[in-house]
Amino acid sequence: MSMGQTITQKILAAHCGRDEVHPGEIVMADIDLALGNDITAPISIKILREKGIKKVFDRDRVALVPDHFAPNKDIASAQQCKDLREFARDFDITHYFELGEMGVEHALLPEKGLALPGELIIGADSHTCTYGALGAFSMGVGSTDLAGAMISGKAWFKVPGAIKFVIDGELGPWVGGKDLILYIIGKIGVDGALYQSMEFTGETVRALHMSDRLTMCNMAIEAGAKNGIIEPDEITEEYVRGRTSREWKVYSSDPDAEYLDEIRIKASDVDLQVAFPHLPENSRPVGEARDIAIDQVVIGSCTNGRLEDFQAAARVLKGKKVAPGVRLIMIPATPLIYRQAMEEGLFDIFLSAGAVISPPTCGPCLGGHMGILAEGEIAVATTNRNFVGRMGHPKSEVYLAGAPVAAASAVTGTISSPEDL
Amino acid sequence: MRKNSTLSGTAWRYGDDVDTDAIIPARYLNTSDPEELALHCMEDADPDFPKKVAPGDIIVGGKNFGCGSSREHAPIAIKAAGVSCVIAGSFARIFYRNAFNMGLPIFESGEAAKGIRTGDKVEVDPATGIIKNLTTGKEYKAEPFPPFMMDLIKAGGLIPFLLKEQSHG
Repeated sequence: MSMGQTITQKILAAHCGRDEVHPGEIVMADIDLALGNDITAPISIKILREKGIKKVFDRDRVALVPDHFAPNKDIASAQQCKDLREFARDFDITHYFELGEMGVEHALLPEKGLALPGELIIGADSHTCTYGALGAFSMGVGSTDLAGAMISGKAWFKVPGAIKFVIDGELGPWVGGKDLILYIIGKIGVDGALYQSMEFTGETVRALHMSDRLTMCNMAIEAGAKNGIIEPDEITEEYVRGRTSREWKVYSSDPDAEYLDEIRIKASDVDLQVAFPHLPENSRPVGEARDIAIDQVVIGSCTNGRLEDFQAAARVLKGKKVAPGVRLIMIPATPLIYRQAMEEGLFDIFLSAGAVISPPTCGPCLGGHMGILAEGEIAVATTNRNFVGRMGHPKSEVYLAGAPVAAASAVTGTISSPEDL
Repeated sequence: MRKNSTLSGTAWRYGDDVDTDAIIPARYLNTSDPEELALHCMEDADPDFPKKVAPGDIIVGGKNFGCGSSREHAPIAIKAAGVSCVIAGSFARIFYRNAFNMGLPIFESGEAAKGIRTGDKVEVDPATGIIKNLTTGKEYKAEPFPPFMMDLIKAGGLIPFLLKEQSHG
């Protein structure tokens, strides 16, 4: 008798023509979409050009997003974006996003209906695991993998075992997906799910809107995981409907699927979280970070640059001012989010508070541009990594948090909860 | 690639969770030129590394080496700096696949990662996975690679592997 399969196993099996696959085995599977950006794709493009490859396996199944160092931050970055632009033109790539349409890739693709439930997606960016929130199997790879996928439509996968996270109960005020995932990474460590699949379930997860789910799956890589995944439900269907004309397939884990571990979390135990430098696993309740003075706040990125994040920030910032000496940088992740935030009047609140609003870009999250830290400076950011030198000088520091804590900290000038205002 | 000959050099030992931002900071990712990247290899973990490293040297890490970003610039920088291989207790998964795909030899051994110190002379036989610390005389055995990974190594990396498969298919 065959054993039950997890949703991750089922998606992988379906993409390599099998009924089932087993943790540990390596399979070659057909991919639905391959993604690259202005940092990673130039290496892949060079490989294709050097090998004399004239076309990609399917022009509709490659997405190229110049989001990291765009709008071009310097001459060398301009060249990398130009490489993407020329490749997209020469190879007739359908989903190339020029400035004006370009957004932070992992916010952009779900918004455009390019990542759907049941699909197998790879991207040359570690946060490609984001689309697991839609019930897809998606994972980050390197540039050679992207080149291989663009040529052949295939990639190799070591079938992961899975850890199930069951979260039940009601979340406290202001607490969201970012706090849940930081809490989980704090519990299991930055290699706590190394090579494994993180499956999020339970009544709390079922009640989360898509924005929070995307945040959770986005940071699965910060626990070393191959993918993060949430079974699709009505909230997923509602999000996906109207964004695509393609069909999608809903998979779910069998009741007798095998898990390496099951971790139960009470939502009421999860406070607003802050991850201290220099690892995402250094998460603690916000109260333990109180009184740490900051120089800069960044609200944006593929982790927390969606409309809901700016709505939360606006609720905190309405009628308030950014503390003297603190810089508040808002980066709506896509042009649509930018427009929606503008139309909802959020920009008025931000500008009145003294914030600056950036065009969509990954920018400061990885120390690119639009908010680099000097030696000794401290930032609170809604981004995903707080490694040494991540946002600038090797002696700068990043504290990770969700949008409510980030916005409140901008107002007080020290790390704060919205409840402190 | 020197896949069948012995790899040997001086060890440079780092701790757990060496991330890809430490291996090659994003401020240098406006290029993918290996020589340029090599000039900044390990800069945020050990600013003098590019000056100290000699051809054949070996990087030794603890657990979760190469965590963080998917940037293939990390193994590219290490290889272009002249490093012959990386030994670690464990590797982050994207770094692991990148190394095989682009041809940087890596070896997993918790014992070796603990037993090798900076400055030790180390020799690795890629064919057997035997790691010798010539300074202490201790010997370790790396985890064997799955057959698929051996096929990738034999083919010379992912792209030659896929192109060969396509021409047979």
